[in-house]
Amino acid sequence: MSEIRTLIVDDSSVMRKIVERALRQAGLDSLVVHEAGSGTEGLELLKVRQVDLILSDINMPLMDGLEFLRQIRAQNLAPGVPVVMITTESSEEHVKQAIQSGAQGYIRKPFTAEQVKERVLPLLNAA
Amino acid sequence: MLLNGVRNAAIANSRGPGKNEMEHTMALSLRESVHLVSDPRNLDASVEEVFQLMLGVECRRDAEPLIVPPESVTAVVGFGGLLSGACVFRTGGPAALKMAARLTGMDFAEIDDIVKDGIGEICNMLAGAWKGKVPDLAANCGLSVPAVITGRDYTLHVQAPEFQLVHTYRFEDSGFAVTIVCDGLQ
Repeated sequence: MSEIRTLIVDDSSVMRKIVERALRQAGLDSLVVHEAGSGTEGLELLKVRQVDLILSDINMPLMDGLEFLRQIRAQNLAPGVPVVMITTESSEEHVKQAIQSGAQGYIRKPFTAEQVKERVLPLLNAA
Repeated sequence: MLLNGVRNAAIANSRGPGKNEMEHTMALSLRESVHLVSDPRNLDASVEEVFQLMLGVECRRDAEPLIVPPESVTAVVGFGGLLSGACVFRTGGPAALKMAARLTGMDFAEIDDIVKDGIGEICNMLAGAWKGKVPDLAANCGLSVPAVITGRDYTLHVQAPEFQLVHTYRFEDSGFAVTIVCDGLQ
């Protein structure tokens, strides 16, 4: 697979590293990772960088992941780029909200690299 | 004070888009399912799940209370919505370094910001996994972002909770305690 430019948005720097590691374990060795600590930072980054994949936490201070997702769509940033939410929130209601806001996938924390692979690879192959 | 702060943040997060607090909480009550919410097995399963999947280690429940070393790390994640309270994770400094190392694959010599962030995330995942065991709680209870306390010789006191689970676990040769405090149930 060619270079995958990925934006990881999470207020926890540790979690951003864990997500990156899981992506690499899932076989995405040619990753170029951009990190953002909030939805606001993520939006700023998307204005200047092109990415192929976005993974975002939901529960973040300043701008949560769902609002980040809505703003991506509203500002037409990263059109056609798959967005996967990675979060501790696991109820049907949260999944529904994420999908309605424009997410293509949903991964619940704690997760395994295998789960990341199952959710992310089909989206990249389809894009 | 800290518990109030994290709880308020969790209450804000418990409201779905376009819903106010009254709309969100009037239709549902957890009072009748308090036995499910306070089931101690949910906490054990959550700890096992988080430590196995994210740290790659087995934990076992310990009957003895946690002996907290002088230097310790405590993470707090508030619950808000149908249930208000907090998930409190506490461990000694050396154990916190080991957990952060397991979580990140890095080595740590001191409790720096990455270690604190890692312990906060463990607490966050425990809180999420625990509330996810009861569907009504998963859908109607928000989580705050984690707050982490470090220091020497401090105690944490919660006044008259509705119910409280205090479990101690062994992780390799170290121990940690997870407390679920519920001070309000709708």
